[in-house]
Amino acid sequence: MSLSGAWYLGLAAVVFTIGAIGLLVRRNVLIMFMCIELMLNAANLTFVTFARMLHDIGGQAVVFFVLVVAAAEVVVGLGIVVTNFRRRSTTVADDLDSLKG
Amino acid sequence: MVHAAYLMLLFPLAGFLFLVAFGRRIGDPAAGWVGTVAVGGAFVVACIVLAGLIGLPADHRVVVHNYFTWFSSGGLSVPVGTLVDPLSMTMCMFVTGVSALIHLYSIGYMKNDRDYTKFFVYLNLFVFSMVLLVLADNLLLTFVGWEGVGVCSYFLVAFWFQRESAASAGKKAFIYNRIGDAGFLLAIFLIFEKTGTIQYESGPGGGIFGQLSHPGGGTATVAVLLLFLAATGKSAQIPLFNWLPDAMEGPTPVSALIHAATMVTAGVYLLCRMNPLLHLTTPGMEVIASIGAVTAFVAATIACAQQDIKKVLAFSTISQIGYMVLAVGTGAYVAAIFLMVVHAFFKGLLFLGAGSVIHGLQDEQDLKRMGALRRYMRWTTVTFTIGFLAIAGIPPLSGFWAKGDVLDNAFAHYKVLWAIGLITAVLTAYYMSRLEVLAFGGEPRFDKPGPHGEPPLHTPHESPWVMRIPLVVLAFFAFFGGVLNLPWVHTHDLESWLAPVFSGTLYNDNLTAGAEWALALTDTAAALIGVIVAVWLWRGAEVDKPALEPQFLQRVWYWDDFYDTIIGRPGQRLSTYLAWVVDARVIDGAVNGTAHLAKVTGTAARKLQTGYARNYALGIALGMALIIAFMLSRTWWG
Repeated sequence: MSLSGAWYLGLAAVVFTIGAIGLLVRRNVLIMFMCIELMLNAANLTFVTFARMLHDIGGQAVVFFVLVVAAAEVVVGLGIVVTNFRRRSTTVADDLDSLKG
Repeated sequence: MVHAAYLMLLFPLAGFLFLVAFGRRIGDPAAGWVGTVAVGGAFVVACIVLAGLIGLPADHRVVVHNYFTWFSSGGLSVPVGTLVDPLSMTMCMFVTGVSALIHLYSIGYMKNDRDYTKFFVYLNLFVFSMVLLVLADNLLLTFVGWEGVGVCSYFLVAFWFQRESAASAGKKAFIYNRIGDAGFLLAIFLIFEKTGTIQYESGPGGGIFGQLSHPGGGTATVAVLLLFLAATGKSAQIPLFNWLPDAMEGPTPVSALIHAATMVTAGVYLLCRMNPLLHLTTPGMEVIASIGAVTAFVAATIACAQQDIKKVLAFSTISQIGYMVLAVGTGAYVAAIFLMVVHAFFKGLLFLGAGSVIHGLQDEQDLKRMGALRRYMRWTTVTFTIGFLAIAGIPPLSGFWAKGDVLDNAFAHYKVLWAIGLITAVLTAYYMSRLEVLAFGGEPRFDKPGPHGEPPLHTPHESPWVMRIPLVVLAFFAFFGGVLNLPWVHTHDLESWLAPVFSGTLYNDNLTAGAEWALALTDTAAALIGVIVAVWLWRGAEVDKPALEPQFLQRVWYWDDFYDTIIGRPGQRLSTYLAWVVDARVIDGAVNGTAHLAKVTGTAARKLQTGYARNYALGIALGMALIIAFMLSRTWWG
């Protein structure tokens, strides 16, 4: 049995929304990071779904790029988080407000 | 020989450059001698050129020589050239001659001055500029000389600039002259616009004088009045005469050379040079004649009440130039030039004599503190007296003939102006006799304390020989200068010599011999009345006579106060307004306002930067939502 594309898209929308709301309401940097990953993967799911529905391999190819970029971003992002924790002993995003105008 | 004219320019220029380069090294008195020799050389050249010019037939006595092109732009090409004709050579002769004598005099007068060398640097530059003004063959080059003498005048009036009064007198002279110079420039523009050339006699279409059919009467009037404005500035006529009395702050040889003999007559020279243009406009001539007569009268009245020996002579100069301008206005150019030449002799002499007195009395200039100088300064007294008799118009000295010539022409033309001129002649004799009596006659007053408690002065001494020689030479010419243009001589005199320059524009007075005799007797009577009244009034020991020296005259008819009220103070108020309202509020306000605006905007905008990542994320989310909403709206309703 095969589900129609709308279900996949709906799932992706739900996952993306969870990620977006999580990013906005949580204060822990690591959690916020995970939320970003959720949103990225929701987007990936959308790409793959459309690739299937439209019989276009381009969508699947883009997913690989997104995965690579996400991996790189995690490396850099976690590096920043660790360094910050060492200097300030905190992972709470609201404590990192030295750019306040 | 005529083509050597450029050497008249090169001699003083070389003297100037040499003194600039080496003057300080050779010092006092060698620098003075170098300056004198340079100007003396120019005088010798002038004599040679004059001889060459006399050697030419009368109608070929206009020699234009262009050396190089200064610049050319569009239809305008300005050559650097000389115009040698009887008029310019007459000027050159007395300018270089009197200058050489005054340079010689200055060697003695400026001795031990701190800036001895600088004085001769300026003086040589002045002679160069003056000769350039006279010899130039186009209006623009004349203007260069005109500005050159103006700036030298400024340097020399403010020569002792450590004195506040000298510095401000220099500024005053400069500013008054700038007003006139603006008129000169506008006149050049106008003449170029109408005739397409600025050369006098040569160049395309025979120069300005060849193109005179182009400017109509109205244009000619405007051009002449603009030129006359320039002349009133340089020649100290109403309304721009106030700077000349103040210019007496300069060293006395400067007063003699620049502010009596040469520079101040440049305005009259300019008008004479432009005589074909003046000929086109009767209203212009009437304005010139009236201003000249009124200036002569006003300045003469003021001279009657001055205490400073140099101030009397300064107002006398203004008055005499007024006579020259009157002569120009009546078309009697020869009379103007005649008076200019003899005036250079006797007024140069009077100033140098006054300088000798001042030198002998430790820089005292107050007439009321002199008296009986005849006993101590024989040479000065005799020569000064000759100058005094000449300017007073006593026959047969030069002043009588020259002033008579002017008055005869005025009589034939405008009787009213003649009457003013005649009254002025009485006043002239009066104030000069007063000066003579107060300085040289009576009993000594210099050995008494001054009116403000100054200590008594030492016994005066006669000046050294370098100062006496110029006095004697000038006295000779002041006495015999009249032979240049005796009324009964009609060949080989100044009139026939200058006739080619003024041909066709010269006003003929057509007076009968009887009328000329009557006028001559009237002039003599006027002079004698002035002398007698003055001697009678001032012969006593009492010299403080306020009734004879009213405030009105001492304060120069309140001219300075008048200018102060209508120009000075409103100008000051305007400047204050501009400084504290326009500048402080409008201009600074705009600048500070811009900065303030940036600050306010920044203060408001910085609140957006909370530093919280979630706020930025919310911003991104909302932005994305907006974009999606927009795209959806385009899809559904687009």
